[in-house]
Amino acid sequence: MGSRPEVSRKIQIAVLDYGIGNLRSAQKTLERVGAEPVLTTDPAVVAQSDGVVLPGVGNFGRVMEAVREAGVDLLTKDAVRRGIPFMGICVGMQALYEWSEEVPDVAGLGILDGTIRLLSDEVKRPQMQWNQLSLTRPSPLFNGIEDGSWVYFVHSYAPEATGDVIATCDYGGTVTAAVQRDNVYATQFHPEKSGPVGVKIIGNFVDICARQRSDSNAARGFETSTGSVDT
Amino acid sequence: MIPCLDVDEGRVVKGVNFIDLVDAGDPVELAARYDSQGADELVFLDITASSDARDTIVDVARRTAEQVYIPFTIGGGIRSVEDARRLLRVGADKTAVNSAAVARPELISELAREFGSQCVVASIDARRSTGPDAPESGYEVFVHGGRTPTGLDAVVWAREVERLGAGEIMLTSMDRDGTRDGFDIGLTSTISDAVGIPVIASGGVGTLDHLADGVLDGHADAVLAASIFHFGEHTVAEAKTLMASRGITVRPPQ
Repeated sequence: MGSRPEVSRKIQIAVLDYGIGNLRSAQKTLERVGAEPVLTTDPAVVAQSDGVVLPGVGNFGRVMEAVREAGVDLLTKDAVRRGIPFMGICVGMQALYEWSEEVPDVAGLGILDGTIRLLSDEVKRPQMQWNQLSLTRPSPLFNGIEDGSWVYFVHSYAPEATGDVIATCDYGGTVTAAVQRDNVYATQFHPEKSGPVGVKIIGNFVDICARQRSDSNAARGFETSTGSVDT
Repeated sequence: MIPCLDVDEGRVVKGVNFIDLVDAGDPVELAARYDSQGADELVFLDITASSDARDTIVDVARRTAEQVYIPFTIGGGIRSVEDARRLLRVGADKTAVNSAAVARPELISELAREFGSQCVVASIDARRSTGPDAPESGYEVFVHGGRTPTGLDAVVWAREVERLGAGEIMLTSMDRDGTRDGFDIGLTSTISDAVGIPVIASGGVGTLDHLADGVLDGHADAVLAASIFHFGEHTVAEAKTLMASRGITVRPPQ
């Protein structure tokens, strides 16, 4: 997005570091697209960031436990309520839903409606491979991304289909690959491991954060509106 | 399509049957080149025997993560959850275990429990074995860079690593490694058909057709090669084009 106005400081992205998973790759990819990632769970740092990334790998129950221990549940809900661009990746995406078949008695954050379901019995689990995206609904997250682009997945569960879906892949049936609701974006695949396509998707998210910041600077003194319609 | 980089003292080397090493360059430079050619993943195997090798390979992992945006695996000398954690912390996606897992199979479960099965690759070096003491499948597991026979049947061990929680098997034919005669198709298909986790075929690639053979005849889920790429003979893009022409679904080269 070369047309956006020159900004005085880099776009700061809070990468929520709650002790689970490999954050290095997300951090490096954000740096590559010119953002300034900060690994943090400090509410003050998150509050002054232009965007928030919630990564996550492994077991849903363990992720939710660590999320709650580190206070990331409150940080996430607060950031989403304030309308800061937010991106969940892999189990960080799943955590945004109500609950998962993986650990039915552990609640998710309930920011997105729906359930995380086990992938089909017809295919090897986890899906651990490159697969092609079908773009099902326009989203700024996929600006410049072609239908059929290849991205890297590692997962055994995925969100059920809801109105938030913006991309799917085919793996023993149609599988949710990415969603958007308002300023909440999430991918089941790993953009930070998906080569140039993934770097572009992360760059798009940073562009979304940059636009939001310049919009809210323009409306200085006013709280960013929440619950707005899809961009 | 997975290029493999054998790393000794911080340099990529290539040997024949695990000996006679030849220098093939800087691991991170090669990794970045293969990434740009469309490699789907990368594997680094640390073959340094010395005990201070850990820091060197951690540094390779760190520098690779700075330049490469595809998944990569590090293997060699990982004996504990802490060894693996150091590599995953700096940006590696998966760790491969071999001799240490044969010596102490619980290592695989410990790694799977701590980091998830998707982080655990069981590396198996196997050799054809005949005679009265040969394992039933005709393939025996070797450790310590292929020098030490274990008496383990490769099929039995492959099923065991799956049960323990390995997410993938990297299967190297000791008979073929470095020979350029092609994968041991019998070994590859025997193991692939015996387990429910992905198998990466390794050892012996000399032509691009060998790669396609590994998938079509060996039933491998992924194929690994080293020297045909290191010395500029072929690019990863050429390999993928050839595989696609033989009807294999691949992520197209960029």
